[in-house]
Amino acid sequence: MSAFSPDAVRETGESWSAMRLAAAERFAIAPLPTPDEEIWRYSRIDQLDLDKFSPTTCRTEVELPDGLAETVLLDEEPELFGDETPDVFAELNRAFMTPTFIGVPAGTTVSDPIIVTHHISGDGAAVFPRLIIDSGPNSEVTVVERFVAPAESSADNALVVPVLQVRAQQSARVRYLAVNEVGPNTWQIGNQQARGERDSNTLLATVTLGGDYVRARTGARLTGQGASTQQVALYFAGGSQMHDFRTTQDHDAPNTSSDLLFKGAVQDQAASVYTGLIKIREHATGTTAYQTNRNLTLSEGAWAESVPNLDIETNEVKCSHASTIGPIDEEQRFYLESRGVRPEVAERLVVLGFFEEVIAQLPAGPIADDLRTRVASKLNLGHSQPAEGELV
Amino acid sequence: MSTLEIKGLRAGIAGKEILKGIDLTIKSGEVHALMGPNGAGKSTLSGVVMGKPGYVISAGSVTLDGEDVLAMETWERAAAGLHLIMQYPTEVPGVMLDDVLAEALASRGRPSEQLDELLHDEAARIGFEERFLDRPLNVDLSGGEKKRNETLQMAVLAPKIAILDELDSGLDIDALRDCARRVEAMSNESTAGQEPLGVLAITHYSRLLHELRPDQVHILAQGRIVETGGPDLATTLETDGYSAFAGTDDDSTSSSSSLDDLFSL
Repeated sequence: MSAFSPDAVRETGESWSAMRLAAAERFAIAPLPTPDEEIWRYSRIDQLDLDKFSPTTCRTEVELPDGLAETVLLDEEPELFGDETPDVFAELNRAFMTPTFIGVPAGTTVSDPIIVTHHISGDGAAVFPRLIIDSGPNSEVTVVERFVAPAESSADNALVVPVLQVRAQQSARVRYLAVNEVGPNTWQIGNQQARGERDSNTLLATVTLGGDYVRARTGARLTGQGASTQQVALYFAGGSQMHDFRTTQDHDAPNTSSDLLFKGAVQDQAASVYTGLIKIREHATGTTAYQTNRNLTLSEGAWAESVPNLDIETNEVKCSHASTIGPIDEEQRFYLESRGVRPEVAERLVVLGFFEEVIAQLPAGPIADDLRTRVASKLNLGHSQPAEGELV
Repeated sequence: MSTLEIKGLRAGIAGKEILKGIDLTIKSGEVHALMGPNGAGKSTLSGVVMGKPGYVISAGSVTLDGEDVLAMETWERAAAGLHLIMQYPTEVPGVMLDDVLAEALASRGRPSEQLDELLHDEAARIGFEERFLDRPLNVDLSGGEKKRNETLQMAVLAPKIAILDELDSGLDIDALRDCARRVEAMSNESTAGQEPLGVLAITHYSRLLHELRPDQVHILAQGRIVETGGPDLATTLETDGYSAFAGTDDDSTSSSSSLDDLFSL
């Protein structure tokens, strides 16, 4: 019997069993994807052996600003709008999820961020955190979701299959940041879906530094007129890591706007893929949509791919995309070195400067400095090794 | 006393020699103007001396106080006391001026506790708006502000010898005066126990030299220094153009008489 069968779901006795069982049954008859499918192109999905894993409850902590526990942490069915991007891993999540439901009442402003932390460890553990953010009309909330490897455990042959669902109701303002710092052997296959209703504003931000293979599929759908969404990401892969992103900006109402900025770097033998789609439906007139993906290749053996796509069904739109892949700019490096800055320091400054545009937009506040430090300490510079203690 | 000595320097890009034997000696406190038409090799000379990638050196030597400059990495040349003010200062997004200067001082073994104060003093002296100190390097600065920024960095780093690669290009008259006067002052004063600055001012036009008084003027044409003289040489150039100094192997410019004719060389 597969560890992920409907019977396995029955044995857990968790809440929402009907929803879980139906999902497990759909998963049982669905084939696992292969890189032959366009949506999994370039991925390492053929290297995944599910038999090595068994479902485990995710260790999730939620830090709420004072006095909010009763108001926003809900015990409701963790599903906002079905599955907008049907995917066997989203089904698996539905069957075995460890849910967290944040509901922000209409007109409420939550000024401090809500921090949700998932501790990912245990050889053979498969965990399925599900985070639901439902922001009521004219409410405002910031949520930071962290995926971390606990310091006390080095067993990290784990599989994380997270699902995020965000609904920003009319005029709601939702800022979300995912920070991935899982262990070097952990696989993560995530699915993020956000829906923006009339005049809402959503920010979906991602920082990915950890993992062996980390994939994130992010879809932002604008269903109400005047809605806007922003997606930003910083990813930095080294060693033999692979970071793999699929994004969709789906304009399903008039006068909507989206802006996406993904910046990544790869070093050593690492790889990254960015594939993005701007979809503008026929009735989404007056729409603006921008998509920018920039990649730094810091080593000869590192590899990055960038695939922007447009699918536009109407004329009255402003739309553009840009993508670049290349090494550190020679002129920038020379400029800093001509001031007397050592090559490895110049390279560090240029790479951090490259990411600064994203870091400045993260709803991270206090953790931004920490992120800068982590990016700096990950840099494995191609020139002479820096003197001890030089890297922050 | 510091000395930058360029001897018999031949260099260019792959397959094309641009500098065909350059001899120049610049000492502390001296201001040398190197003038020449487009394509004469002025920027190649500054790039080669500072170690910009892409140049091939086929002969000659460059030394700073006897040390082999060409054997050094770019940052070592700067740390040794050479400074280049670039014609087109590079924009470096996300990298802050003070971070760069702190690192630049660190590699020279100099403390940076006074950096902030020094930056504000120099900014006031050069007319560089304080708000620009908090910008990423050269990003969203006008041509004039970039050159003030270049001059400010040089003043903070206090090199022994500075090469100004067309400091005057893209400068309005106010910025030109502010930058040139700062360089002139550095070439006249000994600060912090250091010799006054030696300057090689590469320029296309003579207007920079109204503020920055050269001791010597050299004319570079077709990869060679074809004439060296006092300040009056720049005046001659202004009235007669470059054609008189185009070199013996060029017959096509014999009738030129104005400065604009240098574009035809």
